[in-house]
Amino acid sequence: MTAALACSDAVTAALLFAVDPVGTGGVLLRSRAGPVRDRCLAAIRAALPLSQPMKRLPLHTGDSRLLGGLDLNATLLAGRPVVERGLLAEVDGGVLVLAMAERMSSATTVHITSAMDAKETIVERDGLSLRMAVRFGVVALDEGLDDEAVQASLRDRLAFHVDLNGVSVGEAEQGVLEGEEIVTARERLTALATGDELIEAICTAASALGIASLRAPLLTLRVARASAALARHAEVEQDDIALAARLVLAPRAMVFPQLREPEQPSGPPPDDGSVDDEKVEDRDKADIERALDEVILAAVQAALPPDVLAALRASAGRSQARSQGKAGVLQKSGARGRPAGVLRGDPRANAKLSVIETLRAAAPWQPLRRREAAMSGGGSSRPRILICKEDFRISRFKQRSETTTIFVVDASGSAALHRLAEAKGAVELLLADCYVRRDQVALIAFRGSIAELLLPPTRSLARAKRSLAGLPGGGGTPLAAGLDAAFALADLTRRKGQTPTVVLLTDGRANIARDGAQGRPRAEEDAMSAARQLRAAGVTSVLVDTSPRPGPLAERFAREMGARYLPLPHADATALSKAVLASVR
Amino acid sequence: MATAFPFSAIVGQDEMKLALLIAAVDPKVGGVLAFGDRGSGKSTAVRALAALLPRMKVVAGCRYNCDPGTKAEFCDDCRAWAEKGALKTVQIPVPVVDLPLGATEDRVVGALDLERALARGEKAFEPGLLARAHRGFLYIDEANLLEDHLVDLLLDVAASGENVVEREGLSIRHPARFVLVGTGNPEEGELRPQLLDRFGMSVEVKTPDDLPSRIEVVRRRDAFERDGAAFTEAWAKEETKLRKKITAARERLASIVVSDAALERAARLCMTLGTDGLRGELTLMRAARALAALENAKTVADDHLRRIAPPALRHRLRRNPLDDAGSKVRVDRAVAEVFG
Repeated sequence: MTAALACSDAVTAALLFAVDPVGTGGVLLRSRAGPVRDRCLAAIRAALPLSQPMKRLPLHTGDSRLLGGLDLNATLLAGRPVVERGLLAEVDGGVLVLAMAERMSSATTVHITSAMDAKETIVERDGLSLRMAVRFGVVALDEGLDDEAVQASLRDRLAFHVDLNGVSVGEAEQGVLEGEEIVTARERLTALATGDELIEAICTAASALGIASLRAPLLTLRVARASAALARHAEVEQDDIALAARLVLAPRAMVFPQLREPEQPSGPPPDDGSVDDEKVEDRDKADIERALDEVILAAVQAALPPDVLAALRASAGRSQARSQGKAGVLQKSGARGRPAGVLRGDPRANAKLSVIETLRAAAPWQPLRRREAAMSGGGSSRPRILICKEDFRISRFKQRSETTTIFVVDASGSAALHRLAEAKGAVELLLADCYVRRDQVALIAFRGSIAELLLPPTRSLARAKRSLAGLPGGGGTPLAAGLDAAFALADLTRRKGQTPTVVLLTDGRANIARDGAQGRPRAEEDAMSAARQLRAAGVTSVLVDTSPRPGPLAERFAREMGARYLPLPHADATALSKAVLASVR
Repeated sequence: MATAFPFSAIVGQDEMKLALLIAAVDPKVGGVLAFGDRGSGKSTAVRALAALLPRMKVVAGCRYNCDPGTKAEFCDDCRAWAEKGALKTVQIPVPVVDLPLGATEDRVVGALDLERALARGEKAFEPGLLARAHRGFLYIDEANLLEDHLVDLLLDVAASGENVVEREGLSIRHPARFVLVGTGNPEEGELRPQLLDRFGMSVEVKTPDDLPSRIEVVRRRDAFERDGAAFTEAWAKEETKLRKKITAARERLASIVVSDAALERAARLCMTLGTDGLRGELTLMRAARALAALENAKTVADDHLRRIAPPALRHRLRRNPLDDAGSKVRVDRAVAEVFG
């Protein structure tokens, strides 16, 4: 989550974006669908010159439509390959609106971000090889709740992060600037000078705010320039920088800026008049620079209530780890997977016609068929390409259902801490193996009175390492809560069309019941019922008994869960991962 | 594509720049993988390298960039031409071919030329990206997101140096040896180990965190965006110098002496780290030789090995999940142990 801009700023952001859509990258609009968002979009539309397209990219747009490919209709009509331009090429010079950007798949995101970076798209598809210059700005509509957020790679490239949640319709003012004003502002944009001290000040401020990405200062610079152009300033002024800092840097800030105390005129002034001009100039310059820093930081600080930053820091790690657009993967999975070549056959219900391969199959026969058709007197309305039934080729996909291995780790006091280290090691080893098999791994830890999803299903070793490193130990054993969480996640995974496998590492000594109450009997009873839930759902599971002396307790749980029981009193990480792998397969 | 950002104007990122230069001096080192932060100039560096490379000689009209000097590796076309008479040669820029995500298999390996097939009913082969990249660079941005079936294709061709196409009644084989360059962000997923192994060197890229270089990055980037032509012009001299350095290093490469002692140290280093296979030693040796050539040395010294060890070996370590230290630290540790 990022702290974002209020409504009046949203309008300003829309205008500045319209002045330089390509340079500023775009606007991230975090808001539910509704009239407020519509107005904001309308304001952007109104500010853009009419000739510039504003196109909407629906969530599940396929690669062929996004990047371009073979135009089937035209190809068949013309009898030669005809290129269909993709959305990215069509939006050249305008603005691309990404609907439900928070759920966009990473593949789509990469296509868009790389087009933004290179200002061109490269298409190598369907026998076509094209390079097209594309320059566009992006408006990403983010309807995410809580932790759901647009991918960091895209967010990083958009200058403005606007949050319209909580803005009522009445407050939403309409943009008042029209296209012409924007056009003249654009003309002024190129002539605007920006000094080095400006760049230095912006970079210094960005560092002071804990912003790592170097795109942020660049974007700030461009926004400041756009603001100066819009305000008809001859050069970039302090107001422009302050505005740009508030719009671009404030929502990205990771630490609260420390304003330097205004320095007192330092000590005794140099004794006589022998100070050469150069030195004075130097100091003057330094003063100006410092002043600029201060202006920027003050502007950012004004835009940030302190509690926002606290919340932000707390959630920073988590929101990054949250994965994106899983729904996209699910939707496509019917026709996805590893292409396993093409096959001669009928394009029936579920089979996908491979147009390009069909055309290729038909191609060599064209002269022959034309001659034949001419001999049989087939009129002048013959199609350009004669395709017979035996030309049809259908794509085959090898669809292996993805496996998601859910680790449920007992991090309580009773599971001694060194066991936790082994569990961590095993998870990492398994993850490396899972990557090869394109499987996913999730991690749930339970301790104290709750179970927590530490790692949502992922394939990234980097993420897994981070969340594992932060796994603390100690406290009670809320086994029931852990199993419930595992069940919920397994259910979710299954609904996505993946196969869940639960690996539970515990000593089975439950002592916290579902409602958080202490006491062994109730806790065990709850855990039993949670375990039965898993068995009823038919989830493949393994229970690794981590207690130093494996006992009947954990074994009973395993029976109730329908899990394989693996007593591993002295296993190290490698042995553990081997055992789990063997029993999962 | 607009003018590329000049290679010499890239601030910092010394390890990545060095690795790319080494790959330019000796393609046999086997490519570069740059993994790291967003917006740290990975793609910029690769594209900048393209503008920096000296031109190369090819057979005129050859679709596979055949080298007129090596008759043994000619494609079928060139062989036929060579029998008829002398081959014409031309100088072309070294290809740096993009393998974009979302590319389809037919474009990567090549396929039946649809246009000619449909219009004239001819069976002709249209070479793909692999043919275009022969003797040059194949660049994959976001390599960790590349579809699996394309990775499989790449692995096969990268290992054999030859692209064999058997589809649509075509049976074609042509040389396809290229330097694989990949970039990516580890946050978005790991690279498949098999593909990881194909890269000769692997570098970790970080956004600079000291203020002066951050300011310099933004300043240069801004200057470039405002007036690309003037900026490129201002750096042209540096670029020429660097280009000459690469050319000179290539010529020197064959004469660099790798002593037995240096080989032994390389082997000891790999043993200490427990790298799989012999590719580690080979890469280490080749990269150190290229580095020596770049720096106008006559023999490979310990210092060369020491500096090149992290990029050449860090991705070949066995993962040890309980050792939280980064792979760079582990290589450094081993270097300290071997070199004392």
